Amino acid sequence: MSAVYRKELRTYFTGMTAPVFIAFILLMTGIFTVVYNLQGLYPNFEVTVNQVVFVYLLAVPVLTMRSVAEEKHSRTDQLLYSLPVSMTSIVMAKYLAMVTVLAIPVAVMAFYPLLLASFGTVHLASAYGMLLAFFLLGSALIAIGMFISSLTESQVIAAVVSLAVTLLIYFMSGLANMISADASVSLIAFLALAAVIGLVVNAMIRNTVLSLSVTAILALVTIGVYLVDSSLFAGAVPEILSAVSLFDRLTTFQNGMFDLTAIIFYLSVCGLFVYLTVQSLEKKRWN
Amino acid sequence: MIEVKNLVKRYGDNTAVRGVSFTVEKGRIYGFLGPNGAGKSTTMNIITGCLAATEGEVTIGGYDIYEDPVEAKAMIGYLPEQPPLYMDMTPYEYLGFVGRAKGLRGDKLYKAVDSAVAKTGLTAYADRLIKNLSKGYKQRVGIAQAIIGDPEIIILDEPTVGLDPRQIIEIRELIRELGQDHTVILSSHILTEISAVCDYVIIIAKGRIVASDTLENLTKLYEGRNYVDLTARGDEDKIRRIINSIPGAESAELDAGEMGRVHARIAMQKEVDIREDLFFRFADAKVPILSMDYEEVTLEKVFLELTGDHFEPGTVAAEESGEEAPAEEIPAEEPSAEESVPAPEPAEKLAEPAKNGNDDDYTPLFGGNGT
Repeated sequence: MSAVYRKELRTYFTGMTAPVFIAFILLMTGIFTVVYNLQGLYPNFEVTVNQVVFVYLLAVPVLTMRSVAEEKHSRTDQLLYSLPVSMTSIVMAKYLAMVTVLAIPVAVMAFYPLLLASFGTVHLASAYGMLLAFFLLGSALIAIGMFISSLTESQVIAAVVSLAVTLLIYFMSGLANMISADASVSLIAFLALAAVIGLVVNAMIRNTVLSLSVTAILALVTIGVYLVDSSLFAGAVPEILSAVSLFDRLTTFQNGMFDLTAIIFYLSVCGLFVYLTVQSLEKKRWN
Repeated sequence: MIEVKNLVKRYGDNTAVRGVSFTVEKGRIYGFLGPNGAGKSTTMNIITGCLAATEGEVTIGGYDIYEDPVEAKAMIGYLPEQPPLYMDMTPYEYLGFVGRAKGLRGDKLYKAVDSAVAKTGLTAYADRLIKNLSKGYKQRVGIAQAIIGDPEIIILDEPTVGLDPRQIIEIRELIRELGQDHTVILSSHILTEISAVCDYVIIIAKGRIVASDTLENLTKLYEGRNYVDLTARGDEDKIRRIINSIPGAESAELDAGEMGRVHARIAMQKEVDIREDLFFRFADAKVPILSMDYEEVTLEKVFLELTGDHFEPGTVAAEESGEEAPAEEIPAEEPSAEESVPAPEPAEKLAEPAKNGNDDDYTPLFGGNGT
């Protein structure tokens, strides 16, 4: 595992990916820190971080697009498969390498509250709580991006799809408010979700029959539940969307609370998508 | 060392490997021979765990490749068909990565990298980026990656593709050297390549093993059995009687052509030349011979025969039992080669005595390998 980890880190730093990623995050954080904290004389660094979070929309797809897609494209995945290293270790190594790249700007950002503290009183605890949540949010988005990269051989497709997905997650709670709370809307949304799950399953295992049956079963269950008790569906979509919105959870941290459920939620998303990436690569050998 | 049982690999409706089984013993060089698309690479990918089989099992040194992949893979060094290289690394960095992934550390790692670099003749190029190396040197880096850390089994999928003749000879030397204390499996679609270095040959065609024996046995079995192609003018039955009266002729197929011409393909017993006998007996019977051509069966032709389009795996058994009872079995697989040349004109026949369904797309491969 350490060999793959070192190799990945080397690749990120010999190329432009890691420097650009780090520079972009630090530039944006720097601008916002100057505007809010230095010029605006605002002592709360957590507010600044919550403003800067949009950098992930661009930075994460750039970091994750090559992670697995490029190995498949250049056929170096065959080397990884034939090495005496388990698939889980390979994926974990790749993931940890990306998280390490993310940790660098976060570590630099950790000096900002101390810097601000020399000019006045800063709530260090809430600032660092926010920074931790910021880091975990990035890690969760990286896991999602890596999974998307494992579904394709093309870096460009991986980047575009990751960007679309991160954007969707970013605007999710906003979208949730626009969606009507009507039960029939939820029904349509769940059916669409069943179709999307079917597409993802198909991309992973390339078995049309199985993916279609997954979609059909999900759709039937949804319609069945709807027919039995449609009141369950009322307002379900907006609720679920705001519940899974990764970005929204940062608001609690911005308000100075340390939300343990959010931490666990982020870690679960990381775990889930690392697991899905392993499965996606294992399945590739079987198709 | 390696045991492969009943491998089947299907891609959708297409079956690439159909029930391949073989055993690989320690300390020999195995040649995996077959035309393009025969299933060689698929089989090798399955053995090395890069691909999962639809059916069947593979054990390496007692470890199942699916149950204990890490232990099984630790015994293997594998060079896939397309060398899996990271273009933005130097060979040193790349081999360092592979060695480390194989569990080497510190001094051992340095020594392993140095010896792999030295063995593959990369010393002068070890600090250049891989993307700037020529194809031959990239191939060498791929081989170095397979042999680093002295794995017990080295599997090379077409290791000499894209190399110049001189490099091919060097790589063969290297493989022979490796064969002294490693088990090597080598795949190729070039027979001379396999016969130059391998002790044991597995011939695969259309996803099935069609022959599997030591090189000497295969040679003994097939070589030295030669044919005479003959065109005469006369009555078919009469010609058949004359041929059958010759002791060295094992069997013959006849077919009548235009203008009273009869074409005969006569299989001779090993190490016997019946051409003079044929001439005199035909002359005695007043049957004029219009043309006569001598055709030597080499391992190469056997390979073409075994992997050709018309070949059915069932005939291998007939071919092999044919050694003890060589009477009628041998021509069993010949007719279609003849049928592919209907009503042969003598001149045409002389020009291309070994016309075979597969010949056309195969011959160029022999031209380019530089031996």
